[in-house]
Amino acid sequence: MTAAPPASVDATRALLAQGDYVADRALATALFLALKLNRPLFLEGEAGVGKTEIAKVLARTLDRQLIRLQCYEGLDVASAVYEWNYSRQMMEIRLAEASGELNRAQLGEDVFSRRFLIERPLLQALEPPVGQGPPVLLIDELDRADAPFEAYLLELLADFQITIPELGTVAAERPPIVIVTSNRTREIHDALKRRCFYHWLDYPDMARELAILRLKAPAAGAELGRQVVAFVQELRGADLFKLPGVAETIDWANALAALDARALAEDQVAETLGVLLKYQDDIARMRAADIGAMVGRARDPETDPAPSPAGP
Amino acid sequence: MTETRGHLADQIARFARLLRGAGLPVGTATVIDALAAATAVGPRRREDFYWALHSVCVTRRDQHDLFDQAFRLFWRFAPAAAEAGPPDLATAPPDAADEISPRLADGLAPRSELRTAAPERDAAMTYSAREAFQRMDFEKMTADELAAAKKAAAEIALDLAAVPTRRFRPDPRGGRIDMRRTLRAMVRAGGGAIPLQRRAAATRRPALVALCDISGSMSRYARILLHFLHAAARDGDRVHVFLFGTRLTDATRQLRNRDVDRALDDLADTVRDWGGGTRIGHCLRDFNRRWSRRVLGGDAVVLLISDGLDRDAGAGLDAEVARLRRSCRRLIWLNPLLRYAGFEAKSLGIRAILPHVDDFRPAHNLDSLEALARALSGRTGGTGRDGERAAA
Repeated sequence: MTAAPPASVDATRALLAQGDYVADRALATALFLALKLNRPLFLEGEAGVGKTEIAKVLARTLDRQLIRLQCYEGLDVASAVYEWNYSRQMMEIRLAEASGELNRAQLGEDVFSRRFLIERPLLQALEPPVGQGPPVLLIDELDRADAPFEAYLLELLADFQITIPELGTVAAERPPIVIVTSNRTREIHDALKRRCFYHWLDYPDMARELAILRLKAPAAGAELGRQVVAFVQELRGADLFKLPGVAETIDWANALAALDARALAEDQVAETLGVLLKYQDDIARMRAADIGAMVGRARDPETDPAPSPAGP
Repeated sequence: MTETRGHLADQIARFARLLRGAGLPVGTATVIDALAAATAVGPRRREDFYWALHSVCVTRRDQHDLFDQAFRLFWRFAPAAAEAGPPDLATAPPDAADEISPRLADGLAPRSELRTAAPERDAAMTYSAREAFQRMDFEKMTADELAAAKKAAAEIALDLAAVPTRRFRPDPRGGRIDMRRTLRAMVRAGGGAIPLQRRAAATRRPALVALCDISGSMSRYARILLHFLHAAARDGDRVHVFLFGTRLTDATRQLRNRDVDRALDDLADTVRDWGGGTRIGHCLRDFNRRWSRRVLGGDAVVLLISDGLDRDAGAGLDAEVARLRRSCRRLIWLNPLLRYAGFEAKSLGIRAILPHVDDFRPAHNLDSLEALARALSGRTGGTGRDGERAAA
């Protein structure tokens, strides 16, 4: 049974918590507005902070189908919206010829009918199966697609309808819940962002990251979890090319737990650094002395890393 | 009830005007959305009100600080999580004593009158005089000649050679079959022969990023090159210009202004380290960390315009230039010092940068700028790493 969208910001936060997603109030507000006013939610942020995850959690908790469109350079209408099944169409033409009943007008209508149309994610999102609520449409990493695709998407998000030249217009009875994510490797055009509610997802602060770790990496004990978060929070202040995200923290905690660690140990940290840092430059930059000092500070229960910058 | 709503709408409209004056693109549609959002979250918590307006008015990370400051100033409260309670809609004009960012101050103060540009002297010259002018070093020019050189530099069209993309466009001589148009043609023809339609890869101009040194040793050249870059920046939407001396500044927005003098005036306000020292390594590191992934886009051509003389004597420069080279398609170094025929790389800064660049060119007179434009357009073969490809 599909659930109704939440009625308040608190209810949104509770809904996400049901799906094991710890959101701060800012994100919950933006999501609540997107759901209530039927507009897309545009999430921007570094890789690994939970932008994709929130769509999955939303689909699970509201019991909707999740339709995912992964964007890449050169993504076009044929891969994103619909495509004609050319081989079957050609067979249809050949069969009509062979059977001798070739009526040109009729052939056009037959060949370009719904049964030869292959539906891709965006079209699937407009026409969900009967009896289900509107699906959650996740448009992932829109910055990897190019400007012409953005323009097409803008049109789609404005009216929630698609025009197929051979068939006609397909409109959605109820617009899907749209979540667009971007890693900001390219500036998305303002017109598209204006259509959405915007939120920048930042790295979490100590308290929130601890809460996330407790839910997502329960195998690591409370003490190891606290030390892992303290270490990563300090690491995010270092001069690295790519800072570790929340996904990396969770992976690292699980990795250490799999190695039967109860607390951080210098040599183990040095060996498993590849789970946190994905660039060789960054790994090489973390010299042994630094790691030792950071591990020492992380193990100290009095450590309170610098607060992260935020709004209110 | 409607009275309160009307009051709220007024306040939000006034707030939007403040944001607009500070440079945030907040239009009428946004004001309507903001009102809808504020009404939807309800009046119970200040924090929700803040984030509701934020999610509508802010569309970029870097607008957040300005929005935050404007919000605190306008609504006269800091929406702390601890204080619940409805927002106080009575607002007062800000105190002069409040320290606010200059952009916000612009938004609060009335617009100043338009600055008028100084008229350019028209330099009509004979052919041989023009030849000499093209070859004359910028350093040695008089003020009049500089003015003419600036005009000429702006007219050199920087036309980067196109690179193929992953999109296709119809092309009767293309290498791939376009199935969709073929099917349509088949249906029109009613079976029988299959009229094959073809398509080929579309091309587009690559992104261009210019990193221009504006320290003391470069100041003469930088001023002229800025005219050149202004013309380039206005030409395409994938052109970015950064200025660096002791710090890195993004100059793209100011250079988009149609009037070049106005653009440079805006820049002069923003850039604080004109004619100062140079810290190339520090600024390149800043670029690599904050900007490279956003503006380089995988196929960018980077122009590094600097004499390579570094206050830090090249500390940390090697790693940063290596990282820069790995992130772009082609790294071209424009160095005015190459005007000396017997130039040898002696300084540490220059020696650190040189191994990583694809192309090392002079930039001291108009001829060199035109040679650069020709090289980038692929009309003469550049010595890039992808030199075997047809174009740049």
